[in-house]
Amino acid sequence: MPYLDHAATTPMLPEAVSAVGEAMGELGNPSSLHGAGRRARRRVEESREQLAAALGARPSEVLFTAGGTESDNLALKGLYWARRNADARRTRVIASAVEHHAVLDAVEWLAAHEGAQVTWLPVDETALVSPDALRAAIASDPDSVAVVTVMWANNEVGTIQPIGELAAIAHEYGVPIHTDAVQAVGSLPVDFAASGVDALSLTGHKLGGPYGAGALLLRREVDCVPLLHGGGQERDVRSGTLDVPGIVGLATATALAVRRRDEVAPRVAALRDELVDGIRASVPGVQVNGHPSAHLPGIAHLTFPGCEGDSLLMLLDARGVECSTGSACSAGVAQPSHVLIAMGATPTRARGSLRFSLGHTSTRADVDAVLEAIVPAVERAQHAGITSVLAP
Amino acid sequence: MKVLAAMSGGVDSAVAAARAVDAGHDVTGVHLALSAQPATLRHGARGCCTVEDAHDARRAADVLGIPFYVWDLAERFRADVIDDFVAEYAAGRTPNPCLRCNEKIKFAAVLDRALALGFDAVVTGHHARLVDGRLLRSVDSAKDQSYVLAVLTSEQLAHAIFPLGDSTKDQVRAEAARRGLAVADKPDSHDICFIADGDTRGFLERTLGAQEGPIVDAVSGETLGSHQGSFGFTVGQRRGLDLRRPAPDGQPRYVLSIQPKTNTVLVGPGELLDARQVRATRPVWTGRPVPGEPIECLVQLRAHGMVSPAVVSPGGTDPSDLVAELRTPQRGVAAGQALVMYDGDTVLGSATITDAA
Repeated sequence: MPYLDHAATTPMLPEAVSAVGEAMGELGNPSSLHGAGRRARRRVEESREQLAAALGARPSEVLFTAGGTESDNLALKGLYWARRNADARRTRVIASAVEHHAVLDAVEWLAAHEGAQVTWLPVDETALVSPDALRAAIASDPDSVAVVTVMWANNEVGTIQPIGELAAIAHEYGVPIHTDAVQAVGSLPVDFAASGVDALSLTGHKLGGPYGAGALLLRREVDCVPLLHGGGQERDVRSGTLDVPGIVGLATATALAVRRRDEVAPRVAALRDELVDGIRASVPGVQVNGHPSAHLPGIAHLTFPGCEGDSLLMLLDARGVECSTGSACSAGVAQPSHVLIAMGATPTRARGSLRFSLGHTSTRADVDAVLEAIVPAVERAQHAGITSVLAP
Repeated sequence: MKVLAAMSGGVDSAVAAARAVDAGHDVTGVHLALSAQPATLRHGARGCCTVEDAHDARRAADVLGIPFYVWDLAERFRADVIDDFVAEYAAGRTPNPCLRCNEKIKFAAVLDRALALGFDAVVTGHHARLVDGRLLRSVDSAKDQSYVLAVLTSEQLAHAIFPLGDSTKDQVRAEAARRGLAVADKPDSHDICFIADGDTRGFLERTLGAQEGPIVDAVSGETLGSHQGSFGFTVGQRRGLDLRRPAPDGQPRYVLSIQPKTNTVLVGPGELLDARQVRATRPVWTGRPVPGEPIECLVQLRAHGMVSPAVVSPGGTDPSDLVAELRTPQRGVAAGQALVMYDGDTVLGSATITDAA
């Protein structure tokens, strides 16, 4: 089955499946003081060291969470509260307009319930945040800024942000910066220390690890108020009995994804380019969204003129090709993507888009399957798109 | 055939889709999202557009093993059903939004898109039968929905499949339970799906703005009270008039007519509501050829209303209009409702009521 939705979730690495399975058979709460507890604790700490080493972080900077959404919420709310507690003037959150909903909605929650003022950083037509825009946003009133958040790479169109540059600007003003690197880790070189960011979110299931296991990399000197209170695990910032199998799977997958990236990323990028070139050659008027060069290796986000993205998705699904319209709400209704809208696209263009995302198991056959299915699907979808617009 | 099953999340559409699968069709399930904010439209109550309904529809599709998608028709529904509903009330008429939804959404926007995408027909859980292109009442007269489908043209009916028409509601529920569909005992939907609290007048007041006007006795010409907008009334309505003074004869008073231009509601005794002649416009004939001369038939003037024998003539000054002479007078015939003509159980055609006398 041609699966081109790796940005939603990517197949688990067999090594990670075995590691999780093995850990599930082992007894022990890592917080217990006896032998079984110590053995479980050792698994967790080895995993912490493995993950830290893979991402240029110190082991003490790794906080295990239940995934990307939790990491984003913990970073944003935790840093906001800590910064405001230290200085009541700090109530401003600066965020890019193209963040994932896990960041976007957490920021909006802070605005609605915690008195946060939000400065949205605009993006250009390629979804890129300009460092000058961040500088201007902070400089307008540096003392009021609680936290800055800009994603490492966009989940819909794949654009890679100049994170190092943005972090340097934030630090000039002494402001902490968080980045949602859920799509970046495993696909791009990610070095936590070198990037300069203060907090970084990642999750297992986007890089070949298990669902429901993630981490927040948080610099030691950065204060963060917890969301979850309880036993005080994870530096007293994140309570809850540690999920040993999830943590082992996350670390195993992260280490492997990072180690194999030099081989996998160029192969995936070449397949992605073949896909884009093939679609461009066969579908007149197709537009490629995102940055022409600074993009994730596996993402191809395309607008098909005159089509509804969800019609196309359904037609491709019926032919066994699995992809995404890029965004969906809980009811399954595709709203025009806020990312495309921020890039200046019309709602019609936003709704006429599809995201194909390739990953470590993608093959030439997957690309060929899309190229074979896309032309009849686009013809039908264009017919349907026009029909539903013109019907009385 | 390759068919699209519209799945509301209720028991009827789930069983209809199941029967389409059993009949050997290649079935794809679609839930129609009719609100831009599904969770906010209808809390707690049963409608056709909550997140929970989408979930129920998805689970039914899972059980049937068919692909399932949600189609966003919120904009079309807003324009063709809700705005029309409000405009009709504002004009002093009484619309039927379910009928309009069938006419403009399920068998227009959805059907057109389905056909364009390569489907041959749309399957719904309506209680009605289709025999040789003609629409018939369901065998379950209490659940019959032919009235709200009679507006469909022959072309629309040619691409419709109603698998439930030969079953009673009880049979449908029993079958759902047998098939392991969790919606088997889900309560029926009722009321108007886009009015969450069932308060139509409140909805119209919020939408159109309250505007005080008189309630006038049609016989004496006396002003008996006031209201907050003539759009909140329906011909034949008795409750909610809030009249301070009883009628001299002690009999209840009813809304006789609504005059939107002067924002006046005329009330009077029930016998003045009796209509013998009903005029209607924009007829659709599906059960017989367009008649050249008067025909004898049964007419139904509102959903779940009584049927009455009548003579229907192509009528009046406009050749496309109809005049129905009722053999037995009917009370509370409201403009905007459908005049549906039957021969026994077979729908002959339908038209929109313009006035009654």
